[in-house]
Amino acid sequence: MNIVVAMKQIPDLQQIRIRNRQPVLDDVPLTFGNIDKNALEAAVQLKEAAGGQVIVVCAGTQELEDTVKEALAAGADEARLVVCDPALESSQSARLIAAAVQQIGAVDLILFGEGSGDNYSSQVSSRVAQILGLPQVGYANNIQVEGSSLRVTRSLEDCEEILEVPLPAVVSVTADINEARIPSVTQILKAGRKPKETWDIGQLGIALPAPGVETISNLAPETERKQVMVKTVADLVKALETEGFGGRG
Amino acid sequence: MAGILIFSEKTKLALELASAASELSAVNPGEIHALCINDPQEAEELSARGLAVYSLESPGLSTADTAGTAAALLALANKLGVDTILLSSDRRGKELAGRVAEAWEAGCLTDVKGFSVQDGQVVFVRNALGGATVATQIIKTDRKLIAFTPRAFAPLEGGGGSILPFELEITAPSVKVLEVRSKAGDVVDIQGAERLVIVGQGVENQADLSFVEQLAKALGAEIACSKPVASDKKWLSEERIVGLSGKICKPEAAIILGVSGQVQFTVGIREAQVIFSINNDENAYMNKISDYILVADLKDALPELAKALA
Ligand SMILES: Cc1cc2nc3c(=O)[nH]c(=O)nc-3n(C[C@H](O)[C@H](O)[C@H](O)COP(=O)(O)OP(=O)(O)OC[C@H]3O[C@@H](n4cnc5c(N)ncnc54)[C@H](O)[C@@H]3O)c2cc1C
Ligand SMILES: Nc1ncnc2c1ncn2[C@@H]1O[C@H](COP(=O)(O)O)[C@@H](O)[C@H]1O
Repeated sequence: MNIVVAMKQIPDLQQIRIRNRQPVLDDVPLTFGNIDKNALEAAVQLKEAAGGQVIVVCAGTQELEDTVKEALAAGADEARLVVCDPALESSQSARLIAAAVQQIGAVDLILFGEGSGDNYSSQVSSRVAQILGLPQVGYANNIQVEGSSLRVTRSLEDCEEILEVPLPAVVSVTADINEARIPSVTQILKAGRKPKETWDIGQLGIALPAPGVETISNLAPETERKQVMVKTVADLVKALETEGFGGRG
Repeated sequence: MAGILIFSEKTKLALELASAASELSAVNPGEIHALCINDPQEAEELSARGLAVYSLESPGLSTADTAGTAAALLALANKLGVDTILLSSDRRGKELAGRVAEAWEAGCLTDVKGFSVQDGQVVFVRNALGGATVATQIIKTDRKLIAFTPRAFAPLEGGGGSILPFELEITAPSVKVLEVRSKAGDVVDIQGAERLVIVGQGVENQADLSFVEQLAKALGAEIACSKPVASDKKWLSEERIVGLSGKICKPEAAIILGVSGQVQFTVGIREAQVIFSINNDENAYMNKISDYILVADLKDALPELAKALA
């Protein structure tokens, strides 16, 4: 089974600092979103069970060459990188990923995270499914291969749907589908030697659509909190009462 | 004249979308229509609140098949000539959003929590960078698809709507539903609670949850938690997670017990009116967005607080 995993390169969110309400991204290392790592882990587990290839596809900056080693160390066999202007809008990312999948050719399953770490819009997987005309299941917390179809559990807010989906298909996973493995030192060393191919947009033979959305501002919310340090539990109880939140018995 | 089509298979969320639509139509006049799929009861309820409902009843169509649902929405949107589709930003709505937007060549925003009008332009508000920032964005395409977060708008109050049947030729769905299991038990609504007591990993012993329960009872609060307390430790259900991958809550008061305050958590509580936090680390990031901070070991402070309020 040939599985493509779409992984988005994002700044390490834990390391973003805020200055004058502006996010400071200089010197913040690039990595993959955690849920994208769960998608990769799901692919590697399916491959271990059923054989095949796991190919990581990313659209992002030149630094992808470096970032993608993390995915190759964690079990991907190959990588396809689409290098372009980093500020991609969902419709553009989807177009590039779909074109990369078409270049790869015989793909049975395309896995995504339920949302990218930074944008978390959950649009890209559904857009790719539409472009390629494939059936899709979002928010999967379990995937089993059964012959030429999948049995997937979609986890909604109030229920789970157990679904049968013919291959090829698009599936997005939730964070609780698995625990992503942490690669060993030897796997990290070997990762550098795994096959990687880098494409620019021209090589994919498509034109990037105009972005449908424009960001006007992107600022940290103003937090005006009192930040009063109280010394004892009794003082905390007093503060609760002062604010009108005493016990209701 | 353009218009707005709304869809959510949850009646309450559809009514919230109807409110959003009526606010939007003040800027972008046009009629508001709703689609209901295989749910005559929802159709009745929405029309009773004043909506022009199109009711599609087709046993061959299942909302579990995203492609099929998207096709139905598109067919109705095109028939009505609307230029805006509103969906709920729950999981079902978000999965649908990308598919419809791509097919309809619409600019799309999901997880939108509100909008304002600036210079005649509708500016949408949503979290970005994993919740670290709040972005304002505009949709530049003629057709627009917006998925609003649950509770961003109050449900529409109104009356005197209508129901028309909507007939559609359905292609057999490729996704087959084998079984639907309702999620066991916990039906708590932490977003609806006026007060929340929130358990973080700083509550080190599961047995101490009994003090948390006492505290919540005394305050008339609901119990919520940070993600690891539910997802890793499994002490509480995932329904109770506050934050980016849990619920965005706006209680009047939040009492936060041993949460470090990573942005994926704080995005879910930073709109609380008053925040009280107990943490043994005086530099915890949580303190910076709290109104009252007690630096203490919860092993001692929690039983003491529970007793003081009982
Ligand atoms: C994509 C993504 C989505 C996420 N979504 C969410 C989400 O929705 N909700 C969420 O909560 N997290 C989410 N997370 C995880 C988040 O980044 C944090 O890891 C998590 O919030 C930490 O939980 P915590 O504060 O309870 O635990 P910790 O970070 O371990 O903090 C425990 C705190 O308790 C204090 N403490 C320890 N012992 C004591 C003691 N005895 N007495 C008093 N204080 C003590 C410590 O000083 C510390 O501040 C997400 C992460 C990612 C990457
Ligand atoms: N630039 C990208 N390159 C590769 N995969 C991506 C990219 N953007 C989004 N994805 C995938 O699409 C999923 C959903 O992203 P989003 O729609 O931004 O929430 C992510 O979890 C990734 O699996």
